[in-house]
Amino acid sequence: MNTVMHRKPKPYRSERTTAHTSDRNASAFPSKRHARRYWILLSLFLFGGLLCSLGLLLYNNPVPVQSPSFWPVVERRITAVTTMAIAALCQSLATVAFHSVTNNRIITPSLLGFDALYSTIQTSMIFFFGAGALIGFSGTKAFLTQVGLMLVMSLLLYGWLLSGKYADLQLLLLVGIILGTGLNSLASFMRRMLDPSEFDILQARLFGSVTNADPAYFPIVIPVVLIVSVLLFLSANRLNVIALGKDVATSFGINHRRSVLYILILISLLMSMSTALIGPLTFFGFLVATLSYQVASTYDHKYVLPMAFSIGFLVLTSAYFFMYHIFNAPSVVSVIIELFGGLIFLTVLLRKRSL
Amino acid sequence: MIKLTQVKKTYTDHVQIGPIELEIPKAGLTALIGPNGAGKSTTLMMIGRLLQLDEGQIQVAGLDVSSTKSKDLAKIMTILRQENHFVTRLTVRQLVGFGRFPYSQGRMTLEDENITSKYIDFLDLTPLENRYLDELSGGQRQRAYVAMVLCQETDYVLLDEPLNNLDIARSVQMMGYLRHVADELGRTIITVLHDINFAAKYADHICAMKHGQIAAFGTVQEIMVANTLSDIFETNLEIIDGPYGPIAVY
Repeated sequence: MNTVMHRKPKPYRSERTTAHTSDRNASAFPSKRHARRYWILLSLFLFGGLLCSLGLLLYNNPVPVQSPSFWPVVERRITAVTTMAIAALCQSLATVAFHSVTNNRIITPSLLGFDALYSTIQTSMIFFFGAGALIGFSGTKAFLTQVGLMLVMSLLLYGWLLSGKYADLQLLLLVGIILGTGLNSLASFMRRMLDPSEFDILQARLFGSVTNADPAYFPIVIPVVLIVSVLLFLSANRLNVIALGKDVATSFGINHRRSVLYILILISLLMSMSTALIGPLTFFGFLVATLSYQVASTYDHKYVLPMAFSIGFLVLTSAYFFMYHIFNAPSVVSVIIELFGGLIFLTVLLRKRSL
Repeated sequence: MIKLTQVKKTYTDHVQIGPIELEIPKAGLTALIGPNGAGKSTTLMMIGRLLQLDEGQIQVAGLDVSSTKSKDLAKIMTILRQENHFVTRLTVRQLVGFGRFPYSQGRMTLEDENITSKYIDFLDLTPLENRYLDELSGGQRQRAYVAMVLCQETDYVLLDEPLNNLDIARSVQMMGYLRHVADELGRTIITVLHDINFAAKYADHICAMKHGQIAAFGTVQEIMVANTLSDIFETNLEIIDGPYGPIAVY
């Protein structure tokens, strides 16, 4: 009897829990093991990304190292790697923040119509003014025009749908999807009537690719993207609460509408920069965000955002490195990202059985 | 004290809540009862500033809910809705710790951690604190949500059907916790309840609603009257004296 009494667990103030009171804290990770795993994986991905970028810069250089034209080749390649870093930063951060703001992890910010607007602009350029105009439609001015148009469209959408009495995020998404589909149909209608040769020129622009990027845009893009990323990172604590939903966030004293609007503006800036720089990358951000949730195993955006960036950078640089230098098939990079990305995504999903 | 003055919410010409005039005293547990569609949850959400009112004014502890900064209100009042679904995967401890957000803004101090521990212990969640919410039973999860809003340490706690989906034992346990919070910690709890007998046993005041209006407000003894309740629920009800006070039989 005595032993039975002894073995009976005390309800909840057992010695064990009181002894460990000092250890009790709501850290971002459920256990120390998870935290360690996070840091190991983060450094591994960053290291892999750096390794692939080094490979992209130095491997297969047509001129020998001693030659004076070795460095000019590297410099030209630096443009591509910088573009990858920018694209990874924009797409991964924008998608993670978008998921949290909308409380939905199976959509991408392209739903707000950035890709559709980009392809409509490009298509109407060639449709109305011919191939010469499209090729001439480059440089800082054209870039700023596109960014400006995308920003104006998204801000009008937010301003209209997120203020006023019936402000609703779901409605915003729905209208975004409808606008995007409409623009896409318009663009594909115009494409039907193009010459095959014009169509060919256009097609190259409509595939997201780092070779689309012009280093002349960097002085604008890099500071904007860096500032926006820092602002987003500084909002990490607020994003954590917003991700709990409108009601809980409001109850915790967040001005939900204003915060969501602020984050959406940051997302638009990132998305429009990235889309105008390299073209649409529909699936990439979604893939990277989903992988980073699985790998980071925390709710905390302070950790999820860097993880998403490191995965995005690794995916881009490794895909380009292998396609360019190992398989010699440079044109299919975006196809490969989406194909392998989709496969990895499905594997992770089926293994974990949860998003 | 919570004071509603001429509060109105209009959905369509036929569906309208109010005008509501109501004063809920500070301290104690007030139960909101009434048939489906009476406007209980809507009223609770308007008090908790989750729903904008179309007309009138709501004051909580002297502060106008519509004009006071959400940040300041978060230290006075908290509200828990019936359905809670999070896209992020959280452990119990992380969830309850979020309750400290109005004070910590996400940077938990040692004091915040200690308060979090206190409410986890209080709701008997200590052995579960490092479990993920999706690994818990419905009753345990409900307890974790309640721990989260209590951890906010506000004078006013609004709960929308905290007994939803709980069995009898869990319901009794939950009401026991709430009674304790009201008595020992001096909080004011306003909760929507569906079971009149739970309201009769555990509440101090009962506010009955019908057709978007306050049908009756008073102490348990005043409301637990056969005629009043039959009228409100449009069902024949009888009140008998049970060992723990009046019981409605229907």
